Amino acid sequence: MTAALVGDELGPRGRRRVLVASVVAAVVLGALAAVALRRFAARGQLDAELWSILVDPGVVRFLLGGLGNTLKVAAAGMVGAVVLGAVMALGRLSRHRPLRWLAGTYVEFFRGFPLLLLILFLAFGLPRLGIRWPLFWYLVLGLAIYNSAVLAEIFRAGILSLDRGQSEAALAVGLTVGQAMLLVILPQALRRMAPAIVGQLVVLNKDTSLGYFVQYEELLRRAQITGTFDGNTLQALLAAAAVYIAVNLVLSRVARRLEVRQRRRYGGAIVVAGGPEDLVAVETVAAKPR
Amino acid sequence: MDVVLDNLDRFAEGVATTASLTVLSWLGAFVIGVAVASFRVGPILPLRAAGTVYVELIRNCPLTVLFVVFFFGFPSIGILVESEFISAILVLSVYTGAFVAETVRAGVNTVAPGQVEAARSLGLGFNQVLGLVVLPQALRSVIGPLGSLFSALIRNSSIAYVIGLVELTGTAFQLSVESAQFVPVFTGAALAYLALTLPTGLVVGVLERRLAIRR
Repeated sequence: MTAALVGDELGPRGRRRVLVASVVAAVVLGALAAVALRRFAARGQLDAELWSILVDPGVVRFLLGGLGNTLKVAAAGMVGAVVLGAVMALGRLSRHRPLRWLAGTYVEFFRGFPLLLLILFLAFGLPRLGIRWPLFWYLVLGLAIYNSAVLAEIFRAGILSLDRGQSEAALAVGLTVGQAMLLVILPQALRRMAPAIVGQLVVLNKDTSLGYFVQYEELLRRAQITGTFDGNTLQALLAAAAVYIAVNLVLSRVARRLEVRQRRRYGGAIVVAGGPEDLVAVETVAAKPR
Repeated sequence: MDVVLDNLDRFAEGVATTASLTVLSWLGAFVIGVAVASFRVGPILPLRAAGTVYVELIRNCPLTVLFVVFFFGFPSIGILVESEFISAILVLSVYTGAFVAETVRAGVNTVAPGQVEAARSLGLGFNQVLGLVVLPQALRSVIGPLGSLFSALIRNSSIAYVIGLVELTGTAFQLSVESAQFVPVFTGAALAYLALTLPTGLVVGVLERRLAIRR
């Protein structure tokens, strides 16, 4: 939490007003929660059995399987996105103009493209063109393509954030361009990008739920199947939402902690992606002179 | 490309739905976002806590899940919105509102402390400090990020297809299934999305240059 905007100490009257407002706000929020709970209760949605089915071993196994599928797609998608993204970032930084242009077009095109449209196209269009894979791979390919465009920007910002002297020195001691990139630039740049990459993992993890549209049995789809079967759709869906939130909260925390640590260690010269979700506002926080 | 040209009217309809959905959801998200950001920088503890909980929960929950919970889950507690369009506006507003709140709060943090101190010493109360001094400067400093959020909203509005709202993505999907011509239809849809996002980027760029605070 940030500090309250009113920086100065409040006087007795100000303190009293804040106290009154706090009590009023607490009462209003409490009343809202009570109304919500009563809505649940009045429709019998708080009945123990509707919730207890969720901890039935069979149901738990089924839902955990869904979570497993979600995480598998996310992991495979991330690997693909990192590889593709690295290629595109190197392309954008290449000395050859056509390569730069190609990679730039790729990045700009897929960043502005709704991921859902891409996944629908892959899952329904590719089979028509004679490319038949398991659903899993269409989903992975879609996630990899979209996120590689985002990661390419992160990689590029990370590489550009390094002082020119690093590559100049590497070339001066006789390394080739490739060696300089691999041995000198990337090891340093990767550390600066770590928070942004983990942050992107949260976005990717959220996007796996698009598998719902193509009937892939990830967590959300399985939650709905359970709900339809046991007649507790609301409860099953809320449970799925809670799991998504828990997993992503942990990842977000990791990203934030990495960011704080890197900032301390490198005096601020780190890559920050987004803030607000998948919007790809990649920027490098300028290094403070140490 | 014949499929696209023959069905330009349907495409136009899809674009219109996506555009109106985006604009209306943005209005909702902006109101929610500014309100929640104000809560989170204010001195009233319950509101700060509620704002934090809202932002953290919504930001970490996939949009598809929000749509499905709202549309398939909430009717069993008596919350049923007949219109898919209005449902989509509600869900998109609540979702994007969390991101707007974070962005606005980041903007508030860029306002120099001296501004608040000066306003306080002139005798302005909290609401006046926030509304007249801090928020105008904060919003001007985050026009770029807000613009990116707007483009993200254009893309995210496609997920409304999950509740059966046929906007641009839905139109493209239906058309491609009917005609069995996936490549031209999806290329057309991609161009239509570009036609929506590119002008947004230009407008945001102009606004940013006009309104940026030079320090």
